[in-house]
Amino acid sequence: MIEIKDLHKSYKTGATSLHVLKGINFNVKEGELVSIMGSSGSGKSTLLNILGMLDEADTGSYMLDNVPIKNLNEKIAARYRNKFLGFIFQSFNLINYKTALDNVAMPLYYQGVSRGERLDRSMAYLEKVGLAPWAKHLPNELSGGQKQRVAIARALASDPKVLLADEPTGALDTKTSYEVMDLIQGINDEGKTILVVTHEDDIAHMTKRIVNLKDGVIIDDSYVEQVRAKDHV
Amino acid sequence: MFNLERWEEIFETISKNKLRTFLTGLSVLSGIFILVILLGVSQGMQNGISSQFQDDAANVIFVWTGVTSVEYKGMNPGRVIQLRNKDYDHITKLHKDELEYKSSVYRIWGGMVTYKKESGSYRVEGVYPDYQFLENQTLIKGRHINTLDIDNSTKSVVIGKKVNDDLFKDQDAIGKYVKVSGVNFKVVGVYSDPGGEREESRVFVPISTAQKVFSGANRVNFLSFSLPMEDNFEKATAASVDFSDKIEKQLKETHDVAPQDESAISVNNSLENAKRFYDLMGMIKMFFWFVGIATILAGVIGVSNIMLIIVKERTKEIGIRKALGAQPLSIVTMILHESIFVTAIAGFLGLFLGLVLLEFVGPMVETEFIANPSVNFQIAITTVIILIVAGAFAGFFPAWRAARIKPIIALRDE
Repeated sequence: MIEIKDLHKSYKTGATSLHVLKGINFNVKEGELVSIMGSSGSGKSTLLNILGMLDEADTGSYMLDNVPIKNLNEKIAARYRNKFLGFIFQSFNLINYKTALDNVAMPLYYQGVSRGERLDRSMAYLEKVGLAPWAKHLPNELSGGQKQRVAIARALASDPKVLLADEPTGALDTKTSYEVMDLIQGINDEGKTILVVTHEDDIAHMTKRIVNLKDGVIIDDSYVEQVRAKDHV
Repeated sequence: MFNLERWEEIFETISKNKLRTFLTGLSVLSGIFILVILLGVSQGMQNGISSQFQDDAANVIFVWTGVTSVEYKGMNPGRVIQLRNKDYDHITKLHKDELEYKSSVYRIWGGMVTYKKESGSYRVEGVYPDYQFLENQTLIKGRHINTLDIDNSTKSVVIGKKVNDDLFKDQDAIGKYVKVSGVNFKVVGVYSDPGGEREESRVFVPISTAQKVFSGANRVNFLSFSLPMEDNFEKATAASVDFSDKIEKQLKETHDVAPQDESAISVNNSLENAKRFYDLMGMIKMFFWFVGIATILAGVIGVSNIMLIIVKERTKEIGIRKALGAQPLSIVTMILHESIFVTAIAGFLGLFLGLVLLEFVGPMVETEFIANPSVNFQIAITTVIILIVAGAFAGFFPAWRAARIKPIIALRDE
């Protein structure tokens, strides 16, 4: 699903250049649930942003579902993001003046789906994350865990190939974190490919594979025994 | 432009961000509203001032005499100069081809006009038929003094509308006899004058009759002339000034008045006044346009400001939308569509409120200098469109910049 070869990325700030990613080689097959770990500054967020087409690599190749991702202009990047990817952010990033349902419907709006169908499909996803009764609520009327569930529903709405989660539990307490992870595991069980960036060990062990990043290189990439979040809730 | 989905999206954004929408709208609305009021008041002032000047034909030359103030040819100052019929005949004969209308006036002082038991004190003047046009009068009923009246010294009288209302109330005045300072005159006409009541409380009789009946002999009080209008205002003024200078010189010569004596013989040229009036009007117009343009400019700056703030405020939202697959162009059109929609609605609302105010409050304004304030609808519409276009331009650049921000940076915006 994801094939990355020799990926380099550096940021220039004035005269100094910061080499963040120093040759990443990394493949993800369909249906995997991978966590990317690493301390702050290890380059894990940069990697995720490149995977999410929010940022571009300097050198190296990136194939997503056999489509080469390179030299993208904004227009095509937007279309690929819409088609291939679903984002889950640490700070949820819901549009605060739109209801939960309308937030979930956003990616479908940009796909050109008609309003009626958009809302039907969004409602189904909200049901899936257990928030159907909250469909008409605004984000600020929801708890952190609920907001993240709305964000997950939104990420799923466009039926993307890959879900990218950047510290999805970073802003949540342990109990809520496990609930969210349970949801993510459930989605993975249905066959969706998911990448989770985290710095929490327990969250990482709830995935099937841990990629450890340090100073811009992968120092460890191993499959682990998945811990089911449900057992801890 | 006509995309139902996008309209839905915009209505949702607008209805969920009421304060922002309200503020954007308010700056546009007040700008247009103030402009409409300004233009209206400006038009009203022009109307008001015009009507003040309307009571006489614009290019009238008016001659009257007084007392000499300068010693001349061995004669002491303080000598009374009296205009006579021969002065009038002389000037009219000499300038026969230049003149449009001409009349001499013999004024009867303390004229009492009586009909049955009603009576009043009005200005009574003996005039020539042309005087109707010199005073810019319109006949409501009957006729004015005519040449036959002058030749036969008939006892005919033309009365003003005010006189008619005072003396005759609802009765038809034509053919009735009134006593003018004790002498019976037959009413032949009723006139109205744009100068209003003051100008309509006068009565006119043939000058030949007036001189005979009221022992005027060959004396006249004023001479009044008009020149044909030239197509160019400057030319008309020049001709008029030239003519007044000529007759002033002639009259001073015949009456042995020093050329520099200002008080003995005065020639007033209304075109010169009119020029001052036109200049004043020009100034007023310019002033209001200046204020109006400044208002529009302030409105445009206000709209631009708000657009900048809106885009800044929505940076994160734009980031989210882009992460979800919004293309740069869709971001730009979303912001512009919304801003144009809001400014257009607010602009037309401001226009409407302004026009309503002018329509209903306008007629209540009771000052001589503001009359019937109104606004050129076309100008108002143009202004609204200018403001909308300016608002769109003002919104375009920040929107374009926002659409180009990398989503990763926009998302980081807090």
